[in-house]
Amino acid sequence: MGISIVVTSGKGGVGKTTTTANISTGLAMLGKKVVAIDADTGLRNLDLHLGLENRIVYNLVDVVEGVCRLKQALIKDKRYENLYLLPTAQTRDKTAVKPEQMEKLVNELKEEFDYIVIDCPAGIEHGFENAVAGADMAVVVTTPEVSAVRDADRIIGKLEAKGLDNHQLIINRIKYEMTKKGEMLNIDDMTDILAIKLLGIVPEDEKIVISTNRGEPVITDEGAKAGQAYKNIVRRITGEEVPFIDFEDENTGFFSALKKFFFKK
Amino acid sequence: MDLLKMFGKEPPSKDIAKERLKLILIHDRANVSPQFLELVKGDIIKIISDYAEIDEKGLEIKFTKSGEKGCEVPALVANIPIKKMKEISKY
Ligand SMILES: Nc1ncnc2c1ncn2[C@@H]1O[C@H](COP(=O)(O)OP(=O)(O)OP(=O)(O)O)[C@@H](O)[C@H]1O
Ligand SMILES: [Mg+2]
Repeated sequence: MGISIVVTSGKGGVGKTTTTANISTGLAMLGKKVVAIDADTGLRNLDLHLGLENRIVYNLVDVVEGVCRLKQALIKDKRYENLYLLPTAQTRDKTAVKPEQMEKLVNELKEEFDYIVIDCPAGIEHGFENAVAGADMAVVVTTPEVSAVRDADRIIGKLEAKGLDNHQLIINRIKYEMTKKGEMLNIDDMTDILAIKLLGIVPEDEKIVISTNRGEPVITDEGAKAGQAYKNIVRRITGEEVPFIDFEDENTGFFSALKKFFFKK
Repeated sequence: MDLLKMFGKEPPSKDIAKERLKLILIHDRANVSPQFLELVKGDIIKIISDYAEIDEKGLEIKFTKSGEKGCEVPALVANIPIKKMKEISKY
């Protein structure tokens, strides 16, 4: 039986789709059988992040409405043969799918896949209800801004009310230069306020823009800091204990430790 | 005297952000509507009126936080101006 993970946030534009694309690709890189589901019906984007937009024939709504079989709607990734995308419809709205239908579909996929990663739309309405319906675990994405943190807290409350107790936090777009000066909420501030388990920290990274342009998740870029951060997140999801690298202090971080090692005196 | 202020430095903006967030989340989490506060207010008036004559218009009740810095808890704070205490029969 596989594990289903919903990636959610409340506030829009904080990095849910980016996170979904990277987590699913990362899990596939570890050899897991993975399917990424786009639950953002009407505003689909996950296909673009994975570079699979030209291969879509059927979608989630077609499956639910019985237009095609589930297998027919799954698109195989270009790079990893154990990674699949279940896209959604671009020309329908979120009420085209019901939470019960979504739950049934996710349960069906759990029989065959190790991980099902669901990209949730922004907001707390119907789309959110659908996306969390079949989830075993939730990843809450936030950025170091008051509005994003507030909305994350709202989502955490909703998840708890649903009994989805396994929810963990990803802090995205941290700018270490700013946290150092005290001009941006830091990791401790946010875990203190939201009081949930930290899954990972992703720095602000231009490479994310570049990789999204290409349709290749940043986790496949060996040299990208954000890619490294997603790799750690993925390992934590699989149950490995991975220490949090303190990017904040450039002198104690992993890269600088390496630098010191090579450039001693 | 606040040294930071002496040198014309404001507190770092992230501390302001954190304080604001803490307060707003207490409200969000408790989901206190103005109606809720009105209901509580009505009941407080009912109960206190047995013991004291109170200034109903001056009664103030708000949702906020209290306690030590770092371990604040949500608190309902009421300010109930008393006009006159009533004679309470001794039990
Ligand atoms: N760590 C980061 N560094 C730089 N840019 C980032 C980072 N994370 C996300 N972005 C950029 O932010 C934008 C929004 O990201 P994304 O689409 O993943 O957010 P979303 O939460 O899925 O949005 P929506 O709520 O609209 O679905 C994208 O243009 C992405 O490239
Ligand atoms: Mg998105």
